[in-house]
Amino acid sequence: MIDALTANQAAALAAKLARIEVAAVYPITPQTTISEKLADMVASGGMDARFMLMESEHSAMSALIGASYVGARTFTATSSHGLALMHEVLMWASGVRRPIVMPVAARTIGGPWNIWGEHMDVITERDVGWMQFYCENNQEVLDTILMAYRVAEDPSVMLPAMVVVDGFILTHTVDAVDVPEQGLVDDYLPPFRPDPVLNLDDPRRFGLVMPDWWTEFRYRIATDMEGAKERIREADREFGRIFGRRYGGLVEHYRTEDADAVLVVAGSAAGTAKEVADRLRDEGLMVGVARLRVFRPFPSEEIAELSSKRVVGVFDRSYTFGDGGAMYNEVRSALHGSDNIVKNYVGGLGGRDVTAAHMEWVFRNMLDIADKGLDRRVEWVGLRDGSGRW
Amino acid sequence: MYRTYRDLPPVQVTTGTTEGMPTGTWRTFRPVISAERCTRCYTCWKFCPDLSIIVRQEGDYPSVDLFHCKGCGICANECRRNAIVMEREPL
Amino acid sequence: MDERTPRFTIPHEELMYPGHSACPGCGEPIAMRFLLKALGPRTVMNVPAGCCAVIPGVWPRFSLKVPLIDHAFECTGATSSGIRAALDVKGMDDVTVVGWAGDGGTVDIGLQSLSGAVDRGTDFLYVMYDNEAYMNTGSQCSGSTPCGAWTTTTPGGKAIARRTGKKRILEMLVENGIVYGATVNIAFPEDLIERVRTARSIRGPKFLHVFSPCPSGWRMDPSKTIEVASLATRTGMFPLYEYRDGQYRFTKEIKNRKPVEEYLRLQGRFRHLSPEQIAEVQELIDQGLEDLRARVEAGRK
Repeated sequence: MIDALTANQAAALAAKLARIEVAAVYPITPQTTISEKLADMVASGGMDARFMLMESEHSAMSALIGASYVGARTFTATSSHGLALMHEVLMWASGVRRPIVMPVAARTIGGPWNIWGEHMDVITERDVGWMQFYCENNQEVLDTILMAYRVAEDPSVMLPAMVVVDGFILTHTVDAVDVPEQGLVDDYLPPFRPDPVLNLDDPRRFGLVMPDWWTEFRYRIATDMEGAKERIREADREFGRIFGRRYGGLVEHYRTEDADAVLVVAGSAAGTAKEVADRLRDEGLMVGVARLRVFRPFPSEEIAELSSKRVVGVFDRSYTFGDGGAMYNEVRSALHGSDNIVKNYVGGLGGRDVTAAHMEWVFRNMLDIADKGLDRRVEWVGLRDGSGRW
Repeated sequence: MYRTYRDLPPVQVTTGTTEGMPTGTWRTFRPVISAERCTRCYTCWKFCPDLSIIVRQEGDYPSVDLFHCKGCGICANECRRNAIVMEREPL
Repeated sequence: MDERTPRFTIPHEELMYPGHSACPGCGEPIAMRFLLKALGPRTVMNVPAGCCAVIPGVWPRFSLKVPLIDHAFECTGATSSGIRAALDVKGMDDVTVVGWAGDGGTVDIGLQSLSGAVDRGTDFLYVMYDNEAYMNTGSQCSGSTPCGAWTTTTPGGKAIARRTGKKRILEMLVENGIVYGATVNIAFPEDLIERVRTARSIRGPKFLHVFSPCPSGWRMDPSKTIEVASLATRTGMFPLYEYRDGQYRFTKEIKNRKPVEEYLRLQGRFRHLSPEQIAEVQELIDQGLEDLRARVEAGRK
């Protein structure tokens, strides 16, 4: 059924379709409407889940870790400061292998205060052992949450996943969303049956390891995260088989095959990039877009396929103060050894729109440096620098 | 027991109990119970933090599980009849 | 006494194994042992950071006969809510969820999470074993450290003037909305077990405050744990009372209350106190008991 939904409404519907058993919520802009929609669906009887009002995001995540041990499929959503407050228990969730799925309405972290969108909050949580999916549109948000549960709960993975939803740009924008039938979702996503699970008849303890085995448990997470790449590709293929939609696995290649310059970009800005790439193609300019759907595990194989491109640009909606964007640095690392030019474009910070004009400038700059060589490693796009460019 | 990382359970779940831990090696003093003085009030059994005073059933005299007893001396301190003395372990 | 048939005054069955990692003479395993004797096997424990995370043994070994979930320091209340919710989903509503945390993990860093769980009406039993400081990190002052006590972060007697003394956590939680609360002491196991059973019989958020000495942190001989614990109650330092149905009630009336000095002088952590400071502590205790008596009286009306 096609419905007009914001990404937040789509995310809440995805939770219902996934038959989550325990939800723990705490409000934060721009995630709040996910929690509100869940509350409505639980209250009006359409949804059968325990709905818990928490007093912080830290507590929300902690409650879900406890619930997950008992074998419940769990859900929460957060953003920004809420995600930062969760930091400690995000690591706990992955460390004790709880396959919690959580949409994150990506947003700035203060100070100073700014409630608007960027990827700084999620990039900051790059190293906590969660899978990270980035969505381009509202349909993808719904679909990715279902995929994320399937991958996270796979016995060979058992790691949590955050589904990144660009704050306001997607969370609060209405778009047409094909809401799948429950029966099809049930075919796609089997019930959560973890092993081991908390068992009163076989009482055990979960959660303390000394130096003698710590390294081995960490190594298991590392290898299982690596293995998740293939599970994600499978989940995408199987999603296509059942629902007729696919997203390209970890990286969506858009007109990259014969391109000279490819822009790597995650999230909603990819839509703008594709639109602009189409226009430039009409002018005969050989540009393409590699949309980073998954940042953790990092799709190094898919990125390495770009090594034959003259220029690879990486658009970061965040900045790791000290040296470029995180996505840039990782893409550059995956391309190590190839002789292409890799350049970082930073933009769309703190709610600033990434416009078609910005993207056009980026593509033209990439083609420019293809001839002239790299001008600078990191370019802040849309910066009021007095150059008259913006 | 596990040999390599491949053998590990996916979650850090315990598989055994602490019963095999020889906490008795921590001990400097050992409790010695005098059956003559003991009234079987079971105060020593009740307060032992290490479950090391053994009374199988009501009526039995208490004995000490020296494999686990850490030698804290609570049993001796609480015994109203001074039926327990703490004796220094030989070096 | 000699003629009496020997009887166990507490349940004989153990839901714990020996070989756990508690220091000699530690009060925590004594409290845990009594708690589990009272609750039985249909119990799920969850514990934060603290001595309670170390004592049950190192993976892959475990000292309890009920499941235990470890979690971060400040989230005992929240984790309890999550476990409860999932148990209910799975149809295991007969299982008692116990959040078991130290005093620092309760009155300081875990207070928000605990308050949230009480506010949510989570059906669980929160047990604070109170050793009156951050003992697992080596005796740092907590919000439950008594006035005048030495800790590594209150090295001098001046602290007596700076702090208000122990946070009245049970009263805070009563105002927060617990359905049952009680103070219990490992020196009085029969009473402790009765309070746990009462708590178990009531649905909703329940709180137990367990007095649990720490020989190494309190600078005392490990054999004195029960003696000191008993004196805490018999001097009025740690009165035993409960809250239920809008009423406070003493669960152990102390006749011929002993001077607090008897309690203090057994412990190195109070050794530095001058006679004037001991008098000050005595005054605080007298005042505290008077306040408590007023609450008890107010409920009787």
